[in-house]
Amino acid sequence: MHLSHYLGLLHKAQARLGDAFTEVGAAHRDEPDVFHTCGRLAAQCREHAEKLAPFARRYAEDAPAEPDRLHSELFSGTRSGGLGLLRDLQDLYLMAAECDICWTVVGQAAYGARDTDLLAVVKSCEQETAIQLKWLRTRMKQAAPQALVVAE
Amino acid sequence: MVDRIADPWGPRTPYGPGDRWPVRVDSFLADGHTEADVQRWVPSASILHSNGDAMDIAVVDDRIVGVRGRAGDRINHGRVDPKDLYGWQANHSPDRLRRPLVREGDRLVETDWDTAMGRIVARSKELLDGPGGWGHFGFYTSGQLFLEEYYTLGVIGKAGLGTPHMDGNTRLCTATAAAALKASFGTDGQPGSYTDVDHCDAIALWGHNVAETQTVLWMRMLDRRRGPNPPAMLAVDPRATPVAREADVHLALRNGTNLALLNGLLRELIRRGWYDEEYVRAHTVGFDELCKVVEDYPVAKVAEICDLPARQIEQAAELLGQSQRLLSTVLQGFYQSNQATAAACQVNNLHLIRGMIGRPGAGIYQMNGQPTAQNNRECGADGDLPGLRNWENPEHVAELARLWNVEVDTIPHWAPPTHAMQIFRYAEQGSIKLLWISATNPAVSLPDLARVRRILTKPELFLVVQDLFLTETAELADVVLPAATWGEKTGTFTSVDRTVHISDKAVDPPGEARPDLDIFLDYARRMDFRDSDGAPLIKWSDPESAFEAWQECSRGRPCDYTAITYERLRAGGIQWPCTEERPDGTERLYTDGVFNTDPDYCESYGHDLATGAELLPDEYRAKEPRGRAFLHATPYQPSPEVPSDDYPLLLTTGRTVYQFHTRTKTGRAPQLAHAAPEAWVELSPADAGPLGVGEGDLVRVESPRGAVRARARICGVRPGVVFLPFHYGYWDAAGPAGPGPGAAGGGRHDRAANELTVTAWDPVSKQPIFKVAAVRVVKEADSGGRPSPAPTVGGSAPPEGSGIPATVGGPAAEAPSRGE
Repeated sequence: MHLSHYLGLLHKAQARLGDAFTEVGAAHRDEPDVFHTCGRLAAQCREHAEKLAPFARRYAEDAPAEPDRLHSELFSGTRSGGLGLLRDLQDLYLMAAECDICWTVVGQAAYGARDTDLLAVVKSCEQETAIQLKWLRTRMKQAAPQALVVAE
Repeated sequence: MVDRIADPWGPRTPYGPGDRWPVRVDSFLADGHTEADVQRWVPSASILHSNGDAMDIAVVDDRIVGVRGRAGDRINHGRVDPKDLYGWQANHSPDRLRRPLVREGDRLVETDWDTAMGRIVARSKELLDGPGGWGHFGFYTSGQLFLEEYYTLGVIGKAGLGTPHMDGNTRLCTATAAAALKASFGTDGQPGSYTDVDHCDAIALWGHNVAETQTVLWMRMLDRRRGPNPPAMLAVDPRATPVAREADVHLALRNGTNLALLNGLLRELIRRGWYDEEYVRAHTVGFDELCKVVEDYPVAKVAEICDLPARQIEQAAELLGQSQRLLSTVLQGFYQSNQATAAACQVNNLHLIRGMIGRPGAGIYQMNGQPTAQNNRECGADGDLPGLRNWENPEHVAELARLWNVEVDTIPHWAPPTHAMQIFRYAEQGSIKLLWISATNPAVSLPDLARVRRILTKPELFLVVQDLFLTETAELADVVLPAATWGEKTGTFTSVDRTVHISDKAVDPPGEARPDLDIFLDYARRMDFRDSDGAPLIKWSDPESAFEAWQECSRGRPCDYTAITYERLRAGGIQWPCTEERPDGTERLYTDGVFNTDPDYCESYGHDLATGAELLPDEYRAKEPRGRAFLHATPYQPSPEVPSDDYPLLLTTGRTVYQFHTRTKTGRAPQLAHAAPEAWVELSPADAGPLGVGEGDLVRVESPRGAVRARARICGVRPGVVFLPFHYGYWDAAGPAGPGPGAAGGGRHDRAANELTVTAWDPVSKQPIFKVAAVRVVKEADSGGRPSPAPTVGGSAPPEGSGIPATVGGPAAEAPSRGE
């Protein structure tokens, strides 16, 4: 059963997204809403990762070896300024999108495995990831015209 | 005669449930005038708080000499707030601005209107020329202009310049009320009526010190409390305000925990079956989700988060749950605090699950603090589209484009309008290059003033300030435009309960000062804004024609003004919507349990209350509201700033009954200025003792952002909390504590409460968090036997037997009150 690999992928993606939220928030401290919201969402991502950990351990027991090139790197540090904020939020958006689709995949697997406990975790967390995507989209929509057309 | 400084609420006229509130006509005429020698009485209403009290302006020899409440008006039945009784005298201040000023080097020098407007127009045209030119403009207005002025400015900004960067200081005061009304009911607009006080059997005041903010509304509540079958009263406030002292249950909760309290109260109501199952089923969406969220808030947990006795929370739930006609009012204790919109929505939820909406006595006032805030929201000079339209609904934007005869894409609708804090951020970053501030004073009223001063003094920012006086903000401007004020210009405005009043011009403004409407019209003419056919964009030229243009804009929307005329308003206030079908106006909204949540009609497709993330139109439609109201639920989160070892106390800010905003007017009315001349610091005895601070001692309050010096009043604020009044800036600071006249960026700044407050805001309403900041208090000097300048009336009242002399106004403040 390969479920453990996707659980590992999602677990790592959630942990990395948490760290990236923290980094982006700190880099854009002068945007207080970004700073405060990123802080809260970072904590949310870490909670997601914690909730996944016991399932990852359980399914690891009957998993074959992890295939190559399962993980991807989506974030390599923050930028500054208005344009940099947009780019950083876009990185977060792509990372959250990766988590979002992982939740879908893992949720499907949970159905297949008849694992109602895992399904409950997926259902609560995927809603929060969806809100994270919406917030990122909202904030970028708001910032884009000024950053791309008006600012010098 | 009543000394309305010593007794701001005047004599009681008790009445029972369902009875008519008795008339009591208050008046004040200065300089020995009597009603007999008044030559003209000119209809108006209050512009110094949001109650909407109607009054007549007394004129003798083309000079205002006083005011008198309007006995027949639906809101005040003749009563007048002390701020209004005395505040008009500021119109006559010798330091009124009489001519425009322009900056020459580091000085502001007098000039003529052509020169001043010429500079603004030259800079505007320069900025507008090029892609994204619209983005260099920011407008920051007020809660004190008139409807006609907001609407005109809204059209200039949205259809002339095409900028989304418009907001008002209503963002500091009433943005959460609007956000919560939209989120729960589909559009802005107060469901209830002030007459709900006459019918209710319980009143819950959520972070609302109504006794000091809207004294006439408090008089109405007090008169019910002194009459037969009085309503029960619940107060939620960390301070021992007059409201808290009057209430049957007072929850002095820890600041920033309102949402936890409401979650706990709702859980109690649901568990005990104190809700209307049928109403919930027929008229709401989201009950199951609400139950799930509040289930996590048992009383014991809430008691710990809020630092309240569990028994008190249960008593509050009983008071709310056993009422049959509950009236709720919400203000800054919720709006300027942590999780503002979520907490305000929980009050709406409480009424919705109990079916307490749309009938006499079952009212909700999501209040305003500023008197004309409602109009800023309706007319679109703040972060909304005019007529409570939805910027995400293409048909709504197209309607405006047809009405104004401009291209749809001229009207900014690609993202939410820019909120005030973001406007200042863009100015800080340099992309907003022209900031036009009218009738407000951000150099005192915004959070983290050191930062605000840095922004306003940036040499590359062209700052226009339009006001009555050389305020702390005007001192920093590049162009200062002298404005006319209340009594010197004509216009209309709308109170919290949707009552529209007219305020007619009584006298001429001083010198060359001009009505704000004339200034905006002049700018539009000089900028030569055109519609799609090449005709002038602004087709009106005076208040009445501006009002008529607005009527067309409001047609068919919830705030429909089409059957309201100037002539009708001169006879008394009328509540919108007022149409051919409803010619007498509308006392209560949602009487049939049908809400404005239809996707084609609603003002917003909603937000996630925890992050502010916008929901997509399709998601909104998928909820199939079908006229049902939304029950929103959110878990509690601690405030962005909480006490630490370095800053162990919590700061809250607020008002005194004697002052308004940054005292631009009330500080110049002698009776009001004398009653509360200086800032003070409130400490509880439990905190003052260990700090070695006694009554009247000079203390320094410090936050990570700055320091304030003031004398301590030891009184009934909750332990762990420090209170500062927010009115006090620097224009009249005496001695070395102030920067002195003409000191722009420099000088000592240690008087305004906002030196300390944090730059942070609610994710949905974008209202700044003024009520939660971490501070420490250090004693600087002994009182020398002198008590603090805090009034003995209101929230700063000292404990009984303190021996501190009472705040009185004396003969200069004597004002007659007469019954029917």
